[in-house]
Amino acid sequence: MMENNIQKCVGWAHDIRCEIIEASHDVGRQGVHIGSALSTADILAVLYAAVMKYDVNNPLSADRDYFILSKGHAYIAYYAALAKAGFFTNEDIKKQFMTDNGWLPVHPVKNLEKGIEFSGGSLGMGMPFAVGKAYALKLAGKPNKVYTLVGDGECDEGSIWEAFMSASNLKLDNLTVIIDKNGMQQDGPTDEVLSIDIEAMAKACKWNVIVVDGHSHAELIDAFGMSFDNGMPKCIIANTVKGKGVSFMENDNSWHHANMNEKQYNQAKEELA
Amino acid sequence: MIEFNPKNIKRWMMLGTRNAFGMFLTEVAADHPELFAMTADFTKSTGLAKFKELYSKQFLSAGIAEQNMIALASGLASEGHNVFACSFASFITTRCYEQVKVNLGYMQHNVKLVGIASGLGVSHQGNTHFGLDDVSLMRAIPNMTIVVPSDCTEVAKATIALADFEGPAYLRLVGEGFIPIVNDDDYEFEIGKGIKKRDGKDILLIANGTMVNQSLKVAKELSEQGIEVTVINMHTVKPLDTQIIDENIEGKKLVVTIEEGQLNGGLGSAVAEYLSAFDENPKVLRLGIKDIFPHAGSYQFLLEQCGLSVEQIKSEIIKNIK
Repeated sequence: MMENNIQKCVGWAHDIRCEIIEASHDVGRQGVHIGSALSTADILAVLYAAVMKYDVNNPLSADRDYFILSKGHAYIAYYAALAKAGFFTNEDIKKQFMTDNGWLPVHPVKNLEKGIEFSGGSLGMGMPFAVGKAYALKLAGKPNKVYTLVGDGECDEGSIWEAFMSASNLKLDNLTVIIDKNGMQQDGPTDEVLSIDIEAMAKACKWNVIVVDGHSHAELIDAFGMSFDNGMPKCIIANTVKGKGVSFMENDNSWHHANMNEKQYNQAKEELA
Repeated sequence: MIEFNPKNIKRWMMLGTRNAFGMFLTEVAADHPELFAMTADFTKSTGLAKFKELYSKQFLSAGIAEQNMIALASGLASEGHNVFACSFASFITTRCYEQVKVNLGYMQHNVKLVGIASGLGVSHQGNTHFGLDDVSLMRAIPNMTIVVPSDCTEVAKATIALADFEGPAYLRLVGEGFIPIVNDDDYEFEIGKGIKKRDGKDILLIANGTMVNQSLKVAKELSEQGIEVTVINMHTVKPLDTQIIDENIEGKKLVVTIEEGQLNGGLGSAVAEYLSAFDENPKVLRLGIKDIFPHAGSYQFLLEQCGLSVEQIKSEIIKNIK
């Protein structure tokens, strides 16, 4: 079972990465936040292939789990994951992503029918929203789970820590926050821009903290499956590589937001094949 | 059950707008199980101590963390709650402005912001605590409805209306301590529908909040000098009731707006923006805070500093009607 799940996640992550490259190529010179899309690809693959409960034929289903993309600039990985899951298709991405009046603009717009629960883009907003949702579900005695993906650069925002404090005070064990710790933000390495110890801070906020290799499907599946009996929310710190999967993008921050030339596009495709 | 009669109205006046609001919301909660109240460490100040006691499962303090409060409120709203998020007007509209824009304006979550102690009411506490730019800021956000009650009776009306209102809104509560009664018996109240308080042929005066009472005093004194004033209580700033303006502007020599808030973008701006689209209209005299941080002091001192005493309003109108 576990073996099957891992195989499935490997396949999903591959397809998500390929679609990131295709969609980025399609929009040409306008450029895409490609680096952090690639760092989140495995996390999204595991969530949608092996962890979350949802029904693409009934996207508003009352017993669905909720995913809130707090780091809104991972949009293209998110769209690719939603397409892989079946909420829409890669053809839709081609027609709707960054097109005039398209329903997939750069930063996601809430669209429950398409599996998009929150309008992201402004950092530090998705996670506290997820806390409110998880609290509402708790109050109603519902079993639904809430997942939210936060960037390590995004953790500069004070509102993220307000949310960390609230979630443990409210004992939200139905909430899981995944930190995509790729170590980079727009201005450079997170350790140079605003150095913080996210693990220590999450623990100080009384969270259950698990640190994993964010590109290991097995470790991610394990971490999502772990349960704790202290009633506290879960924080998975996923150590990732910005640009993961394409050699010349890995750990090179010039790919934070960029476009590929034909040669780079062909090389990226080749490496992912 | 909230009963509108002269005896209750007098009692509510003595409570002041914030305590009256807390009491009304507690009353309304009895038959609104979806209603939820939040504060940012201001449970007593927003009059919600009783609410918290009676409806503990529908109440949450977010801590001194306004951004957190708005985002949590929106998460709760996404699961079917109608959330009243309450704090000082100054904090709830500025500290968390972007959260309000994205969560309430953009995504239209069903959250009501309640700003207490707006305007100059907190007198000696000064500009960190005045609520002067709140209306301007909220007006700039698409999908926001803005209600500014003129007295405690209207706080009751607005609270009842907002409990059944689907969508984001800002309830601006002015005045510290008691504010004078403007509505002394039961009456029809509808969000987005201004109310004519007095009819007169010469001037169209549009005000809200504390300035409705002030306007009625001005109108009475001007009438003694032969100048007749129509007074509109424009309790809803957005959407602006343009129909009541259309119905009352004919033959007027002057339009006057009065608000206890910054002139940049407030009620007067809304009225002037509307009237600017027509070829022929009377001059619009906008009274309010003229782009300054007023010096702290007593409420009366502040009104005079800002040109909002009855005497000052009256003479400004007379100067402009010639």
